[in-house]
Amino acid sequence: MPKFYLTLTVNGEQRELLIDPRRTLLDVLRNDLDLRGAHRGCDSGDCGACTVLLEGQPITSCMILAADCDGLSVTTVEGVTPADGLHPVQRALVEKGGIQCGFCTPGMVMAAIALLDDNPRPTQAEVKEGLAGNLCRCTGYKKIVEAVLSVEEGK
Amino acid sequence: MIGQRIPKLDAPDKATGRTVYGHDVKLPGMLHGRILYSRHPHARILKVDVSRALKLPGVKAIVTAADNPRVGAGAERVPARFGYGKDNTPLKGDVVRSLRDEVAAVAAVDADIAEEALGLIEVEYDPLPALFDAEAALKEGAPLIHSEHGSNLFSKYRYSHGDLDTGEHESDVILEADYELPYVAHAAMETSVVVASFDHRGHLTLYSTTQIPFLLQRDLSEALGLEGRDIRIIQTAIGGAFGRGLDIYPYEPIAALLARKAGKPVRISFSRPEEFLAAPVRQPAKVHVRAGAKRNGLVTFRDVYALLDIGAYVSWGSVTPLVMMQTTASLYRVPHVRFSADCVYTNNPITGAVRGYGNPQSTFFVETMMDRLAVALNLDPIEFRIRNANIPNEETPQGLKITSCGLKECLEAVAARADVGSRQMVASRSKWQMANHQPSAISHQRLKRGIGFASTLNVGGGARIYRSDGCGATVKVDDFGHVSLITGSTEIGQGSETVLAQIVADVLGVKVEDINVLNSDTDVKPWDVGVHASRTTFIAGNAAHIAALEARRQLFETAAEMLKASPDELIARDGKIMAANQPAVELGKVARARHFREGGQVIIGEGWYDPPTQLVDKDTYKGNISATYGFGSQMAEVEVDTETGKVRVLRLVCANDVGRAINPMAVEGQIEGGAQMGLGYALTEEVIVKEGRVLNPDFLDYRLFTTADMPELESIIVETDDPQGPFGAKGVGEMGGTPTAAAIANAIYDAVGVRLTTVPMTPERVLKALDESQRNL
Repeated sequence: MPKFYLTLTVNGEQRELLIDPRRTLLDVLRNDLDLRGAHRGCDSGDCGACTVLLEGQPITSCMILAADCDGLSVTTVEGVTPADGLHPVQRALVEKGGIQCGFCTPGMVMAAIALLDDNPRPTQAEVKEGLAGNLCRCTGYKKIVEAVLSVEEGK
Repeated sequence: MIGQRIPKLDAPDKATGRTVYGHDVKLPGMLHGRILYSRHPHARILKVDVSRALKLPGVKAIVTAADNPRVGAGAERVPARFGYGKDNTPLKGDVVRSLRDEVAAVAAVDADIAEEALGLIEVEYDPLPALFDAEAALKEGAPLIHSEHGSNLFSKYRYSHGDLDTGEHESDVILEADYELPYVAHAAMETSVVVASFDHRGHLTLYSTTQIPFLLQRDLSEALGLEGRDIRIIQTAIGGAFGRGLDIYPYEPIAALLARKAGKPVRISFSRPEEFLAAPVRQPAKVHVRAGAKRNGLVTFRDVYALLDIGAYVSWGSVTPLVMMQTTASLYRVPHVRFSADCVYTNNPITGAVRGYGNPQSTFFVETMMDRLAVALNLDPIEFRIRNANIPNEETPQGLKITSCGLKECLEAVAARADVGSRQMVASRSKWQMANHQPSAISHQRLKRGIGFASTLNVGGGARIYRSDGCGATVKVDDFGHVSLITGSTEIGQGSETVLAQIVADVLGVKVEDINVLNSDTDVKPWDVGVHASRTTFIAGNAAHIAALEARRQLFETAAEMLKASPDELIARDGKIMAANQPAVELGKVARARHFREGGQVIIGEGWYDPPTQLVDKDTYKGNISATYGFGSQMAEVEVDTETGKVRVLRLVCANDVGRAINPMAVEGQIEGGAQMGLGYALTEEVIVKEGRVLNPDFLDYRLFTTADMPELESIIVETDDPQGPFGAKGVGEMGGTPTAAAIANAIYDAVGVRLTTVPMTPERVLKALDESQRNL
C-alpha cells in the first residue's frame, strides 16, 4: 500500500512522517512518536483512555485515522505536562485521590482539560456529563469529579 | 503518617503518562503475537495447516499443539498440563472445548501481519455435541468435556453446622427462592498483556500483569517444562486487576513458546473483544435458598444449593464456593446451616476469580433473604439485622474467630443516613403490604422511591488458601538516609505502595516520599502469595512493619554509640535519631557510621509475616481462614420508573469496618471503586453468552457505570482497631461492591413491592416483575 506523507503539529512541534494510511492517530502517537501516555483500552471509542485534543477539541484517537489529521494540531498528555511539575488538573487528580491503576488517567486529564477550557466553572452535573465518555474501573469516579471541580475553585 | 490522606506515590507518573504498562514495554527485536481461537465450542481438530501462514513475509514463528512442552519419558511423554485442575495446555491439539480455545499462535514483526497470518492458517474441525448448561452437563449420558476426568462434575462442596431439621422446626417463618447469577467481566481498563523474552541461557523473563508472581513462576514451569528458578517475572505497572491475574492463562505460556521458537521477545496484548472472549469471567450460578427465622427476630437456619458453571477448564472460579459458604454460614449468627455447591464443566467461557470471589453472589442471596424475613416478621430491617449481627470476640460455628467487629456500627451508620421518615416508611409499608395484597399498593405515581440495606462479611486478615499466606519484606537504609522498602506484595492500583511506605515512614520517622518501594521483580523481592483476598495492607503491612522495626533497631544500636545514649531512650523523627534534649543525628550518618568501620554492617531489616490462621478442613470446611474479618453495610436509595422498569440509584451510603484506616483517602478509593462494580453488578453488567459465544464483547454493549450514571456516593469509615493488624488496620479491597446489589434489590422492593432474584436488574426484568406482581394481585 502506498505510504501517506503526514504532517502533524504535535504538542506544538511540527512532525513529518511516512505512514501506512490505514493507521489510527493513537497508533501513530504511541508507536511512531513514542507518546505512550495515550492508552489503548478498547480501540472502539468506548473507553476514552486514548483521549487527546485535536485542534483543541477532545477526541478518542483510536477512532480517527492519522491521515485525516494531516496539517492539524494534536495535544497529548505529554504536551500539557509542564517540565517541572504538574498541570493543575493533574495535580488535583493526584492530591484528591482520583488515580488508582492510572490507565484511564491520561485520557481523563485530557477530557477534563477540554471540559474546563470550554466551561471554566462547571457544576458537578456538568463535570459528570463531560467526563461520561471516559471509563474508570478503579475509583468510582467520585474523587475524579471532586478533583476537576476543585481546579476551578482553586482548592 | 498513619491516618493521613497521603496521595499515592505513583500517581504523578500516572497523571503525566510516564508510567510503563505492559502495553508500553518495547524490547529490541520484539515481535507481536496473536492467537487463533477455535471456531467451534466443542469439536475434534482434524488438521491444522500453517504452511501458507508461514510463507507470509514478516511471520517469524507459529506454534500449534505440536509445540506444547511434553513431560515424562518415551511413549509416556504427554503434553504438560497446568491450571488449578491440571486440565489445560497452552495450545489445543485433539479437541477444542470452548470458543476461547487456543489452536495456534503467530509471532510477526507487526500486529497486522500476525493478524493476517491467522487468516491463512487452515483448521479442519469435526464438531461435537456441546453443553452450554450446567444442569444438562450433569445429566446421565451427557458428553464428557474432559473424558479423563470421567464426569462433568469437577468438584462439590458439602458444608453443614447445627441441625437443619431443628432449625426448620424452630422457625416461625420459612422462605425460599431461586436465584440466577450472570457472567461478569473484570473489565480492567488495560487488557491482558504479556511480554516473553529468553536470554542466552534459555532463562525466561516474563513481563506480566499477574497478581501472583511467585505462583506464576511455578505454574509456568509446569506449563513450559522449565525449572522455576529459570523463570523471572517482572510486573509492569498494572492497569487494573480485580482477580484477573490470579491464575496462569494460556496466553502466557503461548508467548513464551513463540519467543523461544522465534528467538526474539514476543508481546501478546489482547484486543478488547478478545479480552471479553478469552479472559476469565465470574462464573454464573443457579442458587436455591431457604431460610427461616423466629418471631422474636432471630434467624434460625439457612439452606443453600449452588450450581456453578465453571466453563471448559478449571481456574479459580471453581473455588468461589468457599467464600459463598462463608457468607452463608457466618454473615450474621445462624445456628443451623447447610451449604452445598457443585462446580460443573461446560463448553462455555472459562471462569476465574473476580473481586469479591463469590461474595457479591452470596451476599446478594443472603441479604435479600434477610430482607424478606424482616418483612415477613414485621421487623425494621436494621433492627432485625442488628439483632442477628456478629459481635466482637466470637467464634462462628464455622470456626471463624471474629476479633474486631464493627458490623453493628456499620448498620447504625448507614441507617443514620436514611432520613427517619423513609425508615419508618419501610417498616410500616412492609407491614401494610403483607396485610393487603391490593393493587393500590402500587400507587398511581410513576416514579417510586425506596431504600434498602445490606451488609457484608469479608476476610480482613489474609485468607489461607495455600499452605502459606505469608509475605516477606526488606527495609534498607542507605548512606544518604534514603529508605528502600522491598516488598513481596503487588501494586495493582489499590495504593499498597503508599500504605506500606506510610507504615515504614512512621517507624523510621521519615517522610513517605523519602521511601522508594520496590515490588515488581521476582529476582529482587521476597516471596508473597499474591495480591488477593483483601490481604495486602494486613499481611504485607505487618511484614513491612516487622522489617522497619528491625532496621530501626540497627539504627538505634549504632546511634546509641554515637550519641552516648541507651537505645531505649532514642526516637526516630524528621529523618533523624535523637534522645530527649540531645543533639540529633541524621539517618544517613548513622548508616555510614555503621558500615565505614571495621566489622561494619549495613542497615537492613528483614520481615516475614504469615498470619496465625488455618487451612479449612478438607472435609468439614471449618477453620479460621483469616486472622480477622472486615464488615460493611450499605444503604441504597432508588427511584423506579414503573412504566419503563428503569432503576436509578439516587444515593449509595457505604460504611466499612476497616480496623484502622492507615490512609483514609485510599480506603475511600477502595470503597467507592468497589461500589462502581457493585452498581454495575446490580443494574447493568452481564456478559451475555449464547451457545458458548460472547454476544457483547465491547463497552458499548457491556455497560460499566460512567460518571453520569453514578449516584451520590458516601463512604463512612468505621474504625475498630484490630488487635493483629498493622497499626490496627484490616483489609478493605473487596468489600466495597459486595453488598451493593442486595441493597439495591431491597430498595427496589421497598419502592415497588417486587423481589428480583436475578442480576443485573435491567429495566426488562424489573418491568416483568412488576407485570407479574400486578397479575398476581
